[in-house]
Order: sequence, then structure tokens, then C-alpha cells
Amino acid sequence: MYDFAYHKPSSVADAVKLLAADPDAKAVSGGHTLIPALKHRLNKPTSLVDLSGIAEMKGIRREGNAIVIGALTKHEAVATSAEVKAAIPVLAFVAKHIGDTQVRNRGTLGGSVANNDPAADYPAAVLGLGATVHTSKRKVAADEFFLGMFTTALEADEILTAISFPIPEKAGYAKMRNPASRYVMAGAFVSKGPMGVRVAINGAGPCVFRQAAMEAALSANWSADAVAAIMQDADGLNSDIHGSAEYRAHLVTVMAKRAVLAAG
Amino acid sequence: MNVMAPFEGIGASVKRKEDLRFLSGRGQYTDDINRPGQLHAYILRSPHAHARITALDVAAAKAMPGVRAVYTSADMAAVGGIPCGWQIHNKDGTPMAEPKHPVLAEGKVRHVGDPVAVVVADTRPQARDAAEAIAVEYDVLPSATTMAHAQAPGAPAVHDDVPSNLCYDWHIGEKGAVDAAFAQATHRVVFETTNNRLVPNAMEPRAAIGDYDTTSGEHTLYTTSQNPHVIRLLMGAFVLNIPESRLRVVAPDVGGGFGSKIYHYAEEAIVTWAAHKLGRPVKWTADRTESFMSDAHGRDHVTRAELALDAEGTFLALRVHTQANMGAYLSTFAPCVPTYLYATLLAGVYKTPAIYAEVKAVFTNTVPVDAYRGAGRPEATYLLERLVDVAARQCGFDKLELRRRNFIATDAFPYQTPVALEYDSGDYFSTLSQALETADWHGFEARRAEAKARGRLRGIGISTYLEACGIAPSAVVGSLGARAGLYEVGTIRVHPTGSVTVLTGAHSHGQGHETTFAQLVSDKLGVPVNMVDIVHGDTAKVPFGMGTYGSRSLAVGGSAMDKAMDKIIAKGRRIAAHLMEASVEDIEFDRGTFRVAGTDKTKALAEISLAAYVPHNYPHDELEPGLEETAFYDPKNFTYPGGCHIAEVEIEPETGKVHMVNFTAVDDVGRVINPMIVEGQVQGGVAQGIGQALLEACVYDEGGQLLSASMMDYTMPRADDLAPVSVATHVTLCTHNPLGVKGCGEVGAIGSPPAVMNAVVDALRDFGVNHVEMPATPPKIWSIIHGKNGA
Repeated sequence: MYDFAYHKPSSVADAVKLLAADPDAKAVSGGHTLIPALKHRLNKPTSLVDLSGIAEMKGIRREGNAIVIGALTKHEAVATSAEVKAAIPVLAFVAKHIGDTQVRNRGTLGGSVANNDPAADYPAAVLGLGATVHTSKRKVAADEFFLGMFTTALEADEILTAISFPIPEKAGYAKMRNPASRYVMAGAFVSKGPMGVRVAINGAGPCVFRQAAMEAALSANWSADAVAAIMQDADGLNSDIHGSAEYRAHLVTVMAKRAVLAAG
Repeated sequence: MNVMAPFEGIGASVKRKEDLRFLSGRGQYTDDINRPGQLHAYILRSPHAHARITALDVAAAKAMPGVRAVYTSADMAAVGGIPCGWQIHNKDGTPMAEPKHPVLAEGKVRHVGDPVAVVVADTRPQARDAAEAIAVEYDVLPSATTMAHAQAPGAPAVHDDVPSNLCYDWHIGEKGAVDAAFAQATHRVVFETTNNRLVPNAMEPRAAIGDYDTTSGEHTLYTTSQNPHVIRLLMGAFVLNIPESRLRVVAPDVGGGFGSKIYHYAEEAIVTWAAHKLGRPVKWTADRTESFMSDAHGRDHVTRAELALDAEGTFLALRVHTQANMGAYLSTFAPCVPTYLYATLLAGVYKTPAIYAEVKAVFTNTVPVDAYRGAGRPEATYLLERLVDVAARQCGFDKLELRRRNFIATDAFPYQTPVALEYDSGDYFSTLSQALETADWHGFEARRAEAKARGRLRGIGISTYLEACGIAPSAVVGSLGARAGLYEVGTIRVHPTGSVTVLTGAHSHGQGHETTFAQLVSDKLGVPVNMVDIVHGDTAKVPFGMGTYGSRSLAVGGSAMDKAMDKIIAKGRRIAAHLMEASVEDIEFDRGTFRVAGTDKTKALAEISLAAYVPHNYPHDELEPGLEETAFYDPKNFTYPGGCHIAEVEIEPETGKVHMVNFTAVDDVGRVINPMIVEGQVQGGVAQGIGQALLEACVYDEGGQLLSASMMDYTMPRADDLAPVSVATHVTLCTHNPLGVKGCGEVGAIGSPPAVMNAVVDALRDFGVNHVEMPATPPKIWSIIHGKNGA
């Protein structure tokens, strides 16, 4: 990797100041995406702002009808949280099936969501539950947060601090993994609850997206059969050596069915 | 004598002596070695598949912090090209095309990853920083990455002096006899297939350290090699012009090779040469991406085969046309892989009377291709065992009966094939029946029905295979174009108090030699395994050696040790006869004890060795002191392991994902020294075979970029991709080596891919599928099902 300055602020305000002062600075938490990119010299930040020392960005708590998870919370903590398992078991399931043991003990919720890798798991849960993203400046609805491949509503000096997940009546997640990377080839997160019926698709396209036809069908009839005949348009989906857009479009339906079955 | 000591000889599953070192992180791999004053090399590689270098300016790089030198091919004018160790002749008798393989690109790059320049600096990051400051101007040329493209009219010339990108056009067998047999055949079955290109991906990336002693003038190369003496010979004699006496090559602990660490690579020559130039040690270690684009790849054949059968299903003749991708340059043993390690195996376990094979080797703008676990034999086995299944289906024969009908009879050995090999022993009927029973072949239809009720498509597949390994008789391979002998060397050093050091030319990089070889000594000389140390991988310690590949270490290297032990025993008997005042003819030896026949007069081996090194009472007139013997063993023939593999798979129709559910291997590897190690070798080989069948694909795009250049895109098998692998052996002894052993390193990777693919095709039997190309990835299977469903 190239040389960079390293900062470890202990408050969100200090972190924001550091990011605002240096347009080529990068925030890092678990580093599971950024550090490999640095090692491959694919990224050349002037400084890294390590968020891991900011206590106010940690922890899992219930607030009314939502579970609020600090951005620095590691996947393993979400996967094993009694609070999460009791209120939104599928969220613990999503976290438990991210990467491998090493990844889950290093990677964080905020890092995954802010990075918005199209093949990541968490964005599907955030969009599929209609969560609210808390930042150093504001609160952003999931529907306004994910803008495109590796692109979110976050501004350069804005830090994702926590995510508030409304507790659904039911929710399920199913994914097909890329056989090599084990990231998501196509996944579906479905839920029914205070945010309505939602179907979020990850892996298949350049950015997580809602599947409107499936949401309408499930609103009328919450069953796997309701989505079985709905074909995702392959246009604009990802295509690579692991699968064509057509294959991924097909997987969207299969995973949606499985997610509904898992949701019960 | 301690009668309670556990048996540690031949047949005992002794725990691996080396594992404590490896599992506790105390292995000493090349990258663990750091020499005083060591510098670091970084290699600038071509980003293009094919380009002329029109300008190469290293001035800015040389001025960077910590940089000691920047070299290009212009600096290495006195350095030879990387040699090829095997020369194949064309059908017309002319030698193959053998274009120069420069250590650093000379005016032209021929694949992504081709070395262009090297930076040597105080630290590796400094070297890498400086490499980015090298200004290279490329005139990018059209490239050819597939053999079809490389052979098309007007294709780009990978080497300006090689017409049609053709390395050689070779053949074997009797074309006339095959044509005649086809003319009278009842059935003719045509089968076309591609054997997918693979990246070996040893866990330890390649690394090399050059060191030069300015006082003695001795060069030392530490390298991740399977055969340090061969590297010394190739690099010393052909590349750097250093006599063997002043070149030491050390291959310390090596973390897997699978063939990819047999070859002499440019980086080894670069660090050795640079260390001499700079008078400082120079280290280079590949990162994983560099490994993908610089380690020799494996397989990559395109083949059309035709089988002629009579009305009853007896094979009459086999005709094969294969194109083999050599990549951009000839790697050390590349030319022999698709010829003498492939076409000579086309008889398989069958008594096909007439076989004719043509092989065209083709240059492309890709990483060189060479031997990878099995090397030619997996390609032959896959072709034959898929072809037999296709024939059974097309002609309406039972796939088991068709195999049995054509098996070489158990009493027909030695058996001369029509493609040069003479098999010494085997029993294909027994391995087949044992595997069928273990896998519950006849209960399969019930399991298929049960799977169908769960929405899964279940299939079962079989492969009855044979391979030739334990390479190889030097005179034979010499006549076939090898530029080296393929004997092995073993030294047995019995120390004064009876412990033993073995020096072997074989090299262990995962095989467990330190245990298996110690067991050989324990069995024959009666010395406990923990008193036997195996030394390998250092040309300064071991007299000579040809290294480890082709499942040869035990069959050839073990036989050399056995021969050296015979010499030890012969000398020991003479010393014992002297000490016990008996005639040599009356001295018997059994596992550590010399005895005067018919008496209770004995001497332990340790007493004999003490007498040999403290020769106060010693037959000085007829014997030299000391107890150390060396033997060179040149095998009389290849060895011929074989057996039967059965795979069972289930397919998820919705996603096309193939799940391995069961795997049975019954192999005849000859005499088994350590059953646990054999089981591990077979399981590892099967894992790689399943990888080839279901997961692994090395993919280039049309522009010659390597798309599968990291673990993110190249699918290595993981534990959850595999199935429980049941491993058993059914032994027939090798008849021509003293141990009766055949070799077990490659059988798993050779026998398994067709078993898996036959199972995949069987699972899809309701969809009218005749063939699925490897790897059987989910989208490929989904497309097949989707097409047939019309969904």
C-alpha cells in the first residue's frame, strides 16, 4: 500500500472534522474492503480516519418498535445478539451468513452499508426492512440512501453512525453465493410490517433495489407462490464469468420464493 | 529389544513427523528465510497479452528512494533463455518449434504477467514504488488466447519465427490399423470435449532468494521448488553459466506444488544473477495475483475422439485428435504432457487393440501451461471415461458391462498396449466390484427416487481408470525426448550409535516423506521412526536427485533407499561376521539384528555401526570404516496405479447448483506404506478433481486479460463443496521395483473428474443431455435444464 496519515478520533465530531479537512481522506472501520484495496494499490487516500475508537457508534439497543445498531457493531455481534434474535431474527441470520468467521469478527454494519457493494448482504436488509440510516448530519430513509454501485447519499464529510431497523411482522432472506468469492450472486430480502411489504434484491444488479411487482403480489397474497411467476427483467443486471444477467434474473425469483418461505 | 514398541514399519499409520512443525507455525518456508543485508526484488509485468515494447525508461525508477538497481533484458544480455527439458519431434521427424524464452522480455511481451523489468531495493514497497515509475511504452498487438484463434488464418504470431503458432504436430499409434478397424465397426461413437484450463494455486506462493558469497564465489538459491537439483542443472548450465560446484540450491519447506513448482522460473535466475551483481542477497516473493499470472497453468486441451465398437460392444479402435495449449512459452516439461503423459494413456484399462492419436501443441498469448497434478493422465482419463459412458448410452450397452467386457484380464499381465506402455500388474475387476459395493451402486435408483421427492436430481457416475507414474526409466524417456534422466538417489547414513540419516533426492512439499521414508528404514533396519531423519531439498547435502512429481518419490526414491539399505546390510553382515567370528554366508539380518544362523549369537545394528566408526576390532583388510551407502535407482518401467471412482451428486434444478453427496475411491496404489497418508493423498487429489469438474475455470477474455486472476473469481474447492470421500485400496504389487509400490499422489486427481461428470450427466438423464463440459457451474446446468424445460 501507499503511505498515508493515520488518525484515530474518539468522537463523531472529531472524525467529521478530519474528513472535512482532507478531501482525500477515507474513513475506515473494520477495513475489510478498504485494506485489501490499499494492499492492491487500488486506492490512494492521503489519510485514514479510523472510526473504531468512537464509543457513541457502538452497541445494539431497542428503541420502541425498532432495533438500533451502532455503525461500528461487528457482524458477529449482530449474529449473536439476543436483542436482535428476539426482535428481528432474520437480521441475525443475515449477519451470520456474511463471509466467514474472520470477516464477521472484523467487518462492521456501518462499513458494509456505507460501502454499498452490490454483492454485500446488509444493504438488502436495510432496504428490505425500510430502515433509517443515522448519520453525523441527519437521518436518511433507506429508500433514499442507496444511489448506485458503491454510491450512497453520504457526503464526503458525513459519517454513518447507526441504523434503526423497524421490527417487522415477518421477514426472510435467501441468497445464492458467488462460488468463488462467496459474495451474493443474487439475494432477496422480504418483509411485512410497519414499512409495508418490501422486497429488496441484492447481488443481481449494480445496486440493491426494490422489486415492485413482487411487493404488489405479496401485498395481495403473502406466499411463495405469489412471487413464483414474477420474472425479473434481466436488462441492467450484472453479467460476468459467474453468471449472465438472465441467470441472475432467474435467481431473483428463486431467492424471493425462498425468502418468503423462510419468513413464514 | 522392546517388544512393546508399536509397529512403525510398512503398513502402519504412523502420525506424520513433520506435522508438529507445520501445525505449530514452525515450518521454514523460503519467505521465512532472511539473509543478512538482504534486498528485495519487485518484478514489473506486462499488462498486455501481446505488445511490442517501443520504449523502456528506467531512469526515474533508479532515482527512487532505496533503489539499488533496475534491470531490463538489456542488462542481461549474457544470460541465457529459460530452457525446455523435453523435445518432441513432429510427424515428419523434425524437432518441435522451441522459441526463446527470455528471462526478461526482449522487445515484446507475450502474455499478461510476462516479466518486463526488475527493481531491487532496500524494501519491497520501495521496489514496488519504483516499478510504478518505470516508463514503458507498448505498441499493443492483436493477441490470440484460444487455440482456435491462434490457428486461424491470419492469426497473430505469438513468436515471429513460429509459423501458425504451431509448436509441434505429433502422433502415436498405427493409423492404418485404426482406419481398418473403423471400416468394419458396427458402432462409431464421436465425442468432443474441452479439458478446462486450471491454475494450480499451491497454498504457498512462489518465492526465491539469491545469495552470493563474495569470498568463496559460491551462489546459493533458496527457492520454492519440487526439485532443487534439476533447478541447479537447468539454471546453472543453461541460463547463468555457473558450475554445479559453485551453485547450491535449497528448497526448504515448500507449501504445496502440484507440479507448478517443478519448473525453472525466470524469478529464480533473476535473484541469483542480481545477488551476484549487487553482492547482496536478493529476495522475491510472489503475491497471489502474481501467482495467477506467472505460475504455470494446467490442462487446456481441446479433443475430438472416435471409438469403434463391434456389435457386442468390444472396443475395436480409438482415434483421437487433441490440441494442447502451450501458452506463450515452453515451460520446462510442457511438451511431454500432452504426448508421452497423455496419448500413451489412451488404452486406459481397456484392451483396445488399435489406437491412433495426433496432438498439435499451440502457442497462445497466455501463461505457459505445464504439468499439474496428474499431468496428461487426467486429460486422457477424462476423455476415455466420458467416451465410454457416451458409447454405452449411444449404443445401448450397460455402462458397467461395457467396461467389464473391455477390461484387460487380470491374468493378462504384463500387458503391452498399442500406445507404447507395458502394464506390469492390475486387477480392474476387483477394484470395480469393491467400489460398486462400497458405493451401494445397485441401491442408487431408490436414492434417486427419494431425491426426486425432495425436488433434487440425483446422479451417479463411475470411472475405471489407470495411470502411469513413478517416472521413469531414463533410457526410455531419453529416447522419447527427455533431456534428463529420471532415476533417483538415496543415501543411508547409519551413525555410530545407530540413528540414521537418509539423504533423498525426492522433495517433500506436503506428501509426508519424512514419515513414509522413515517407515521404510524402520521396517528394514529395525530403527525406530523417531531415530530416522530425512534430509531433502538441499543440493549441498543430498548427492543428487530428480525431485518429486509424477508420483515418483516412493516408487523411485524409496527404491533407491531400499537399494542403499541393501548395501548397508551387506556391509553390516561382513562386519558382523568379523565380530562374531563366523563366515559372511552364515550371517542373517532381520530388522536390526545380525545373527549367526542357527545360533543365539547376535549383534544389533548399533553395535555394528559403532564398530564401523570406532574400528578397533575391524576387518581393515577387506572393508573401509564407516557405515554410509548411496544408491542410484533407475526404474525398469513406469508404475501403473489404477482403480475405480464413483461419484454421487444432487442437482438443485432451480439454481443449477451441483452438490457432491458421496464419493468412493478404491485404488490400487501397490503396497501401502502408511495407510493414513495414502488416504490423505487420495482425498486431496479427489478434492482437486472435484474442483476441476465443478468449480475451477481459468478464463481469459478476447483481449488476453486474465479474468480469473484472484480467489474472488477463481473458484478453489472449499470444504463445503466436497463430499465425504471413502478411500480404500485393493493392492496388486508392482512387479519391477523392490518395494512393490506404485504411487498414490495423483490417482485422486486423475480418476475423479470423469466420475463426477458422469454423475452430473446421469442426474440430467431426463433432459436428453449427452455431455456437460467442465466445470459444471450452476448457470451452465441451469441453462441445460432451462432449455429443456422451455421455462
